[in-house]
Amino acid sequence: MENLFRNYEEAVALILFSIGFMTLLFHKNLLRKLIGMNIMDSGVYLFLASMGYIYGRRAPIVENGDLSAERYINPVPASLVLTGIVVSVSVTAVMLSLSIRLYERYHTLDLDVIYAAARSRREHR
Amino acid sequence: MSIRDKLSALLGFDIDFDAPVPPRKTETAAEQTPDEWRFSRRIMRAGGRRLGAIYKILGVICSVVLMSTLLLTVAGMPRYGVDQEYMDTVTYEYISHGMEYTGAVNIVSGIILEYRAFDTLGESFVLFCAVSCVLALLRADGADSEPERVEYRDISCDPILRRTMRAVVPIVLLYGAYVLLFGHLSPGGGFSGGAVIGAALIMIASAYGEDVSGRILTERVFKTVTTCALSFYCLGKSYTFYTGANGLHSVIGNGTPGNILSAGLIMPLNVAVGMVVACTIYGMYRMIGQRRF
Amino acid sequence: MEFIRNFPFFSVAVFLFSAVICSVLKPRAARIWTTAAEAVVLAFSLSVLIYTTSGDTFFRYNMGHFDAPWSNQLRAGPVEALAATSFSYVLLMSHIGGIRYAKADIEPKKQSAYCTLLNLVGAALMALSYTNDLFTGYVFLEILTLSSCGVLVIRRAGRTALAATRYMVINLLGSGLFLLGTCLFYGITGHLLMEYIRDGVATLEVTGDYAVPLTVTIGLVCAGLAIKSGLFPFHTWMPDTYGTATPTSSAVLSGIVSKGYIFLLIKIIYRVVGVDSAAMTSARHILYVFGIAGIIMGSIWAMQSAHLNRMIAYSSAAQIGYVFVGIGLGGQAGFTAALFQIIAHGLCKPLLFLSGARLSEASGDSTEFADLQGAAHRNKPAGLAFAVGALSMVGIPTLAGFAVKLFFAAAAVEHGLLVDIATLTALALSTLLNALYFVRTVIRIYTPSGNAPTNGAFAPTDGESARTRDPGLIAAAVGLTAGILLLGLMPGVVSGIISRGLALFA
Repeated sequence: MENLFRNYEEAVALILFSIGFMTLLFHKNLLRKLIGMNIMDSGVYLFLASMGYIYGRRAPIVENGDLSAERYINPVPASLVLTGIVVSVSVTAVMLSLSIRLYERYHTLDLDVIYAAARSRREHR
Repeated sequence: MSIRDKLSALLGFDIDFDAPVPPRKTETAAEQTPDEWRFSRRIMRAGGRRLGAIYKILGVICSVVLMSTLLLTVAGMPRYGVDQEYMDTVTYEYISHGMEYTGAVNIVSGIILEYRAFDTLGESFVLFCAVSCVLALLRADGADSEPERVEYRDISCDPILRRTMRAVVPIVLLYGAYVLLFGHLSPGGGFSGGAVIGAALIMIASAYGEDVSGRILTERVFKTVTTCALSFYCLGKSYTFYTGANGLHSVIGNGTPGNILSAGLIMPLNVAVGMVVACTIYGMYRMIGQRRF
Repeated sequence: MEFIRNFPFFSVAVFLFSAVICSVLKPRAARIWTTAAEAVVLAFSLSVLIYTTSGDTFFRYNMGHFDAPWSNQLRAGPVEALAATSFSYVLLMSHIGGIRYAKADIEPKKQSAYCTLLNLVGAALMALSYTNDLFTGYVFLEILTLSSCGVLVIRRAGRTALAATRYMVINLLGSGLFLLGTCLFYGITGHLLMEYIRDGVATLEVTGDYAVPLTVTIGLVCAGLAIKSGLFPFHTWMPDTYGTATPTSSAVLSGIVSKGYIFLLIKIIYRVVGVDSAAMTSARHILYVFGIAGIIMGSIWAMQSAHLNRMIAYSSAAQIGYVFVGIGLGGQAGFTAALFQIIAHGLCKPLLFLSGARLSEASGDSTEFADLQGAAHRNKPAGLAFAVGALSMVGIPTLAGFAVKLFFAAAAVEHGLLVDIATLTALALSTLLNALYFVRTVIRIYTPSGNAPTNGAFAPTDGESARTRDPGLIAAAVGLTAGILLLGLMPGVVSGIISRGLALFA
């Protein structure tokens, strides 16, 4: 348990992840689902970033030609976060456009209501 | 002196927070609803109350279980902020030889565009894929059977906005270009620089509206730039992958680390990625906001 | 290095490049270009398959000038090449079989975009087949998710947007779990390449360090991929998704997209965690239980549905259950059965969706069973194709489905009595239900419609559209049927490749 408090940054990141995950899973409103997804992804990125951090070291940009590995933090998580952020931006854009389409058709963002409306309209195909 | 007076004095003209805002076009959902939809909504309300309680309890249980599992995981993870030996095999190579092998002073740039370039190639195609999806979803064509569209307020004729943008946009563009071009030397790179440039394009579009952005940043321009940049990226990286895997000598040198023209393909690739990102972000803004280019 | 070793990378690159090109081509040119790209990739995959099986070998391919633990890497062995071959084959067949519907369902200005998205689906599947890097797997997983959402939603009719939203939400949940699992793998082993992670995991299991994180990580990755592929409690998006998309999209989504996720899962089980890992074994047992539940529930729902498309979609949920039962049973036999099922189902489902679309077109665009009566007489090739697909799903000997069931039975006997009984009961029950609903459908489409009352909405006529020839569909039906017959008549060939490949896979 002691370790949990030492790893406070990772703990916070994973709490954020679970908040986001549950929002995405259980919320009925599409926009809130989307916000949940972004919180979830930010949680993962924060987790990655904190995993790469090492006390007393600097950002991995070579300074004065100093190439000793003890000077810089782990650069791999940073590159993974960069890649991941772009993915979540893309997914957010697609989900936003889907929300717009749904709103125009059903005039609501509540998924349950949308579903009921679709069922009562007999939209099978 | 109230805040309003201070602000007015600062800005040199009178501001009035209470001035009537032009009404936004929002109808209540009930007015627009088709009959059958209202009916189904009533059913939902009736059934929802009973299901709602179960749903909430289930949600709480799931959240608690997930959160405690993950916290247990964190408790068992390596210590925060301490160097772990098993990480070193990879990171040592990146830090100690990265600059020599890739020519990039910014080690992260070297990783994403040389060591792990395949991921990054995939990542730009995620963006491309997203913009294709957004176009497929939102593009309004003649044979559009969707019901009425939501109107958006046009703020483009606002003089304050225009004046401010005239001052800000060049700086933002310059900053974006700097982040793009110096991505291999300092913090930055294709995606961050592209996002900044995309933001500048959005500023232009929101300040000057259709008459300017619609003429300059047409879909044709957008498509040409994206296609050229992505093709360049795809072909350039394929060449590196091919020569690398087959043990051939690549004609692309690394130059002197620290110079602007160094680090092989990293700088041109950063520019290409930046173009794609800027176009994509601007295109998404136009499609989501205005539903057309 | 032999030139052929470049082919795995070329397969990905060709699809990516042709996706970019297609976005600026005219619709007709884009279609031809895409078909050509698919054919070229099929040829690449097939030659890699022949190369690796004949030499009984595998090879790695560094993406760039750097060596193994530092750069991205591809790896091709018989199993990967077999998966890539079957994915590209089904993609090609689904595309040419559905061209007619794609033309009708999709607005003219979006036809090129559709080809772009199909290319991206292909690129992602090729990358998932060959990748040896977990994070590359995640990136291409997302490309697969987004592009499959695109091919689904591009048809602007009915509830496609709603179906796509449900699909995306489920998929995003899965991606989130998978991404977190990948990051945790990196956190506890310090690597992203599969072999290196496995070495790290093996060391951890010996030393006993990070036991909880390791278990949770494996659970997260398995759960994420199971959710994405539509295992039982998360299959709810299937009927909507498959029922509303244009037939090519339905075929691609059900036939190969969900299989791409499962293939990555099998890869992770074999190459990232190790089949014998204790934590993995318990995760696989959980997957087994859900797989059994999926088989039974999917079959029951399929029986109850009144629409052809929804019935086929629910039967997909059952078939995904089969794959997970195979994974859960484990061992050489279990994984052989799972991989065989991936290929067999990948051939049957597109055939059913494509021919089903043609049958409902011949019945006044209705998918209700009442209207479908006699549809096979109105369009004979489609009726025949549907019958082949349906009978294969039921498990008639000489067709692929029969071999699948044999493999599963063989895999089940290797285990204890309880597992044996559970698996065989589920198999028997599912076969019975399959027979009920598929044979019922086949009988209905072959019953002349003159004798039976229709439900009034549609008066069956021998309309113009029902009689027009559709060479694309016929070609696709012949191709897919040939595949089903090959698997059914000579299951030993494919299972031989799989079992030899699995030996090299680890």
